[in-house]
Amino acid sequence: MSGRTDFDADIARTLIDRKRTTPGATLPILHDLMEQFGYIDDAAVPLIADALNISRAEALGVISFYHDFRRSPVNGRVLKLCRAESCQAMGCEDLVAHLAVQHGVSVDGDDESSSLHVETVYCLGNCALSPAALLDGQPIGRLDRDRLDAIVAAARSKTQ
Amino acid sequence: MSARVFVPADSSALSVGADAVAAAILAEASRRSLDIEIVRTGSRGLFWLEPLIEVETAAGRIGYGPVAPGEAGALFDADFLTGGAHPKALGHVQDIPYLKRQQRLIFARCGVTDPLSLEAYRSHGGLRGLERALSLGPKATIEEILASGLRGRGGAGFPTGVKWRTTAGIDADQKYVVCNADEGDSGTFADRMLMEGDPFLLIEGMAIAALSVGATRGYVYIRSEYPHAFAVFSRAIERARAAGLLGPSVLGSGRAFDLEARLGAGAYICGEETSLLESLEGKRGQIRVKPPLPAISGLFGKPTVVNNVLSFAATPWILEHGAKAYAEYGVGRSLGSQPFQLAGNVRHGGLVELAFGASLRDLVEGFGGGAKTGRPIRAVQVGGPLGAYFPASLLDTRLDYESMATARGMLGHGGIVVFDDTVDMARQARFAFEFCARESCGKCTPCRIGSTRGAETVDKIIAGRDRQENVQLLRDLCEVMTDGSLCALGGLAPLPVLSALDHFSEDFAKAPARAAAE
Repeated sequence: MSGRTDFDADIARTLIDRKRTTPGATLPILHDLMEQFGYIDDAAVPLIADALNISRAEALGVISFYHDFRRSPVNGRVLKLCRAESCQAMGCEDLVAHLAVQHGVSVDGDDESSSLHVETVYCLGNCALSPAALLDGQPIGRLDRDRLDAIVAAARSKTQ
Repeated sequence: MSARVFVPADSSALSVGADAVAAAILAEASRRSLDIEIVRTGSRGLFWLEPLIEVETAAGRIGYGPVAPGEAGALFDADFLTGGAHPKALGHVQDIPYLKRQQRLIFARCGVTDPLSLEAYRSHGGLRGLERALSLGPKATIEEILASGLRGRGGAGFPTGVKWRTTAGIDADQKYVVCNADEGDSGTFADRMLMEGDPFLLIEGMAIAALSVGATRGYVYIRSEYPHAFAVFSRAIERARAAGLLGPSVLGSGRAFDLEARLGAGAYICGEETSLLESLEGKRGQIRVKPPLPAISGLFGKPTVVNNVLSFAATPWILEHGAKAYAEYGVGRSLGSQPFQLAGNVRHGGLVELAFGASLRDLVEGFGGGAKTGRPIRAVQVGGPLGAYFPASLLDTRLDYESMATARGMLGHGGIVVFDDTVDMARQARFAFEFCARESCGKCTPCRIGSTRGAETVDKIIAGRDRQENVQLLRDLCEVMTDGSLCALGGLAPLPVLSALDHFSEDFAKAPARAAAE
């Protein structure tokens, strides 16, 4: 997602306040923070806890439960690669191996500075056109090695 | 009058370049000074033909697909605006056998109309179900749903009318209807297609439910893996509100109902209804022990109807045409239609809505055309990651709730994933445990611990260590998980494992050298 900004406690507070009275506000607030900053900064945790009148442990418990909520920033592009059964049947594991062997990109690796983050997801609902992926939110169907090579090259050239 | 060209904006179509095709057609038209209108629709669900564009001609809608952006010029040269001949021409879209052979009740409009046009929705038969429900009143509406035999399309198959009757019968200051759109099963995409392609149908179905049970608020919980569906559906809610379909007086009835779309956060378990409710309340998506049932004590402790997208979406048709007409589709206690989803290694993947009772073979061979790789089909998983793997010898199994249960499988949400003969079923069994371990909410021991121990045990079998003992151990573990887990995740994860063991035992007996599994 474009337009991410560095973490700023005042912006975070504004985002949190905007939704604090929404019933079941935790996930909507966390999504707003993700949208703004690309991750949930540790400094946001007490702000969320105070606003929602829950303990910090409870707030952290929610953040850590869901796969979407990242605790540290990423700088590059994010490729969510589906590795569920339908994509397995069409060779997604070959793509995972290709990324590692050809490009030295490890899926679900934790290198913050990497120009391309590849994350495992289980099902994007594009199973008739497996293997499927989402590149910064844009759907890709029938993903193959060539397309993957182009994605890696584009991500690397962008950051250099 | 300008010619109308229909280009899908469904995310599967987008994933193979539908936006670029739309742009290329528009640019080519402008170069030729032709006046055309591009209507973005949902998908017809014939995904191997995407991007599948259609033109409106005097003789009906003619399709072309799969179209590449570079073919725009050639299409104009071939006079495609009047249905001219071209190698990619498909003729009348409704006459394509894949579509013609279906019984589309829920998906009749999907891919035909602009999903965000309420006028188009109404002119194609929309809102008649809700109008009839309003004239029937709550009690008779619920009777109609009961009589239709509609069962929950999320997987469990619980009678929808019974849920509604339970919630309707409770006095409460606040009731809710919640739509489970956390379509997490691999091989399923019907909910996504519907939310992107005909969102007002879901809104109409939820309004019917809400007015029947006395709920004034509703939530649709959409998984975050569906950003496009979330965006389209949120816009549909706004338009429905602006048009008075939602709000203080639904269609001028004086009865209030409003709706909000909520985004999940990447947790498969939130497709379990009580986890989903916890998540909506802002908590970790850990399952609740039942009872109490959500119908009695659900969201924020209030009576709540939780139904799948396809269950809600079936109700407008039932109300419009009557329970009897609906129950004429299907077999035994599996009545009506099921949107099946063909996926994985299959030539013609897509959405196939049929009355219950078709055979698995008809789906994967008749509609699907066999494996995409051209190799023999070896295994077919039905019902998502918790569904059984069927060998080619069981392809004549019927697709209805009872036949699937008899064959020790389940229909689930109607997803069908095809594998060719290169599949290693021991690896698939391991994956079932691995997935369960990753997605377990951690509340109960059989699921939390059992899934990890299961994966380890499969590893030992693959590595050839004490095979007989370990296979026995694996079966014991499956029994414990089936009987002792709190919800369907731990309770059904053994289903794919046992089906792999039962039908593909040879894959667990291979020479261990080649099994340096990760």
